[in-house]
Amino acid sequence: MSNIYLYALLGVGLFILGIYSLIVYANLLRKILAINVMCTGVFLVLVSLASRNHNVQPDTVPHAMVITGIVVAVSATALALILMLKINKAIGKSEFPDKDCE
Amino acid sequence: MDTRPWLLLPLLLVLGVVLSYAVLSIPDPAQELPTMLTDNMTISGAHNPVSAVLLNFRGYDTLLEMGVLLAALLGVWSLDEMPIYRGSAPDQILDIMSRQLIPVFILVAGYLVWAGADAPGGAFQAGALLGAAGVLLRLCGWRVNNRYSGLPLRVLLVLGLAMFVMVGTGALLIGSEFLRYPPTVASELMLIIESAATLSIGATLAALFLGGRPKGEE
Repeated sequence: MSNIYLYALLGVGLFILGIYSLIVYANLLRKILAINVMCTGVFLVLVSLASRNHNVQPDTVPHAMVITGIVVAVSATALALILMLKINKAIGKSEFPDKDCE
Repeated sequence: MDTRPWLLLPLLLVLGVVLSYAVLSIPDPAQELPTMLTDNMTISGAHNPVSAVLLNFRGYDTLLEMGVLLAALLGVWSLDEMPIYRGSAPDQILDIMSRQLIPVFILVAGYLVWAGADAPGGAFQAGALLGAAGVLLRLCGWRVNNRYSGLPLRVLLVLGLAMFVMVGTGALLIGSEFLRYPPTVASELMLIIESAATLSIGATLAALFLGGRPKGEE
């Protein structure tokens, strides 16, 4: 039983790590990766909380939601990567210039 | 890194504590939901509960998810044409490996769709395999003939969503509700939807990897 919450807290930890990288690093590829790590954290929370039932089998509705979530995350990542490539082509690097540093 | 992470860390710590508290203090799960699922498995047309939830009980989710995949592809295609990669000849190992692997990928994808009714598996796993096969083929320098990259490719891409909507509307027309399949033919309908969805997902993932709409006569 406590194992389940251990995994759920691990998911929260991944989410926080993702937010940290999302804020701190300017490179867009790192930001996209950070969002993916955050997604993984959310999936881990959902999957681990699905087995809280004392029944034999875990609740399948969160599992189905995670499959849906993975597909949505993949398509969003693909679109984000293409946008990043366009930005890279337009300004020559994949991060936005910082106004204060100019 | 000219931001001040020392300001950020306490904030993230607070967020982490709040989220952990939220996760730990989640109320007890609704006991009725899994029981309801087990009771209704016989009418779902599948033996695997995840497949039953995905395609039957929460069919809307899966339908809209196919829509999201298609929307992402439309976004990618509207941005740019397919970039021209200087195709270098793949080295011998990649060439031979891919020739051996692609048929296996296709076979396993077919198996996963079929097994999805009673075991873990299903359209998305199989579609991901087909997508991987497409990526591998592309890396080996294979490309779609211009003849097929127009209408036939587009038909393949929307096939899954279209089949889903058609079956759902069919259920509506025979007097039931949208996406509520008649239990007697539910497993056949789900197999049809899954096969179409597998092809579409595979094609969409491979097309997303290409990063632009194919050139050719529009």
